[in-house]
Amino acid sequence: MSIHRYAVNVTPKPGILDPQGRAVEGSLDHLGIEGVSAIRVGRRVEMTVDAADEPAARAVVERLAAELLANPLIEAYAIESIGGIA
Amino acid sequence: MPVRIGVVVFPGSNCDRDTIHALALAGAEPVALWHEQASLDGVAAVVLPGGFAYGDYLRAGVIARFSPVMRAVAGFAGDGGLVLGICNGFQVLAEAGLVPGALLRNRELRFLGREVTIAPERLDTPFTHGLAANGSLRMPIAHGEGCYFADPATLDALERDGRVLFRYVDPDGAPAAEDDRAANPNGSLRAIAGVLNDAGNVAGLMPHPERAAEAILGSEDGAAIIRSLVESAARAANPVPAAVGTR
Repeated sequence: MSIHRYAVNVTPKPGILDPQGRAVEGSLDHLGIEGVSAIRVGRRVEMTVDAADEPAARAVVERLAAELLANPLIEAYAIESIGGIA
Repeated sequence: MPVRIGVVVFPGSNCDRDTIHALALAGAEPVALWHEQASLDGVAAVVLPGGFAYGDYLRAGVIARFSPVMRAVAGFAGDGGLVLGICNGFQVLAEAGLVPGALLRNRELRFLGREVTIAPERLDTPFTHGLAANGSLRMPIAHGEGCYFADPATLDALERDGRVLFRYVDPDGAPAAEDDRAANPNGSLRAIAGVLNDAGNVAGLMPHPERAAEAILGSEDGAAIIRSLVESAARAANPVPAAVGTR
């Protein structure tokens, strides 16, 4: 068995209205920040997976991301390895 | 004998008692169904009530979707059983894929607790047959994620197939414009407030009929939706024999 760390980054799909991103953008004026646009707010979920090997661990994360962490109608996700322990 | 209608209770449901009360007023025998039970106790219809199931963590409704009772509800719905999701219940149905679309965060981000006006698009469904023709209905909304979303092809299909059950309407009773924040406060696409599944036995809506089900609540407009469901469930539980003696 081996232990792996992953992060799943979930973001609103292109074209989906993101009121949170718009609200963040709305605060830029108050900060005196210019030149920043197209802010999209998502979610990052980190986890430790104990599995036979790396492909098996990734398969578990893939299933978790597709079935629970992201709603495929409105969200995209990307799986990122953040380290492993052999 | 009154028809038995189940009301699912998730941890975080907060409209289950209101819904049970409204169903009893409409003549049903409400049955609370705990989220951990895998059977629906033989009820003739199921209501998923409002609230914040499992704290609405991750996304509204998504964790509830994987509860044992929802597996039973999905099977019941697949067999043609009547299921109505109200507010958080609608979000659970959408996450479970039992009705099309998704409920996004309200366009202006705020949680909205106020009255809206909706109108039924169809009066020939198990959920609306008791409603008055061309009548608009006043009832409250109370949600942070009620902005109905589906891709344009799905929206077109819903309209074409008559699966838009309720729409937010303006004071003249006309469908609200998408950007009309007074009439369509959460910014729902095409001002959709409620939808049907393709078989027509599962419905979800964001407004709360059970909070507008008796005069003391300021509106009785929601009672007709609850009564429609109760009558439909009673018919489903005791179907009229089509032709006695032909067996």
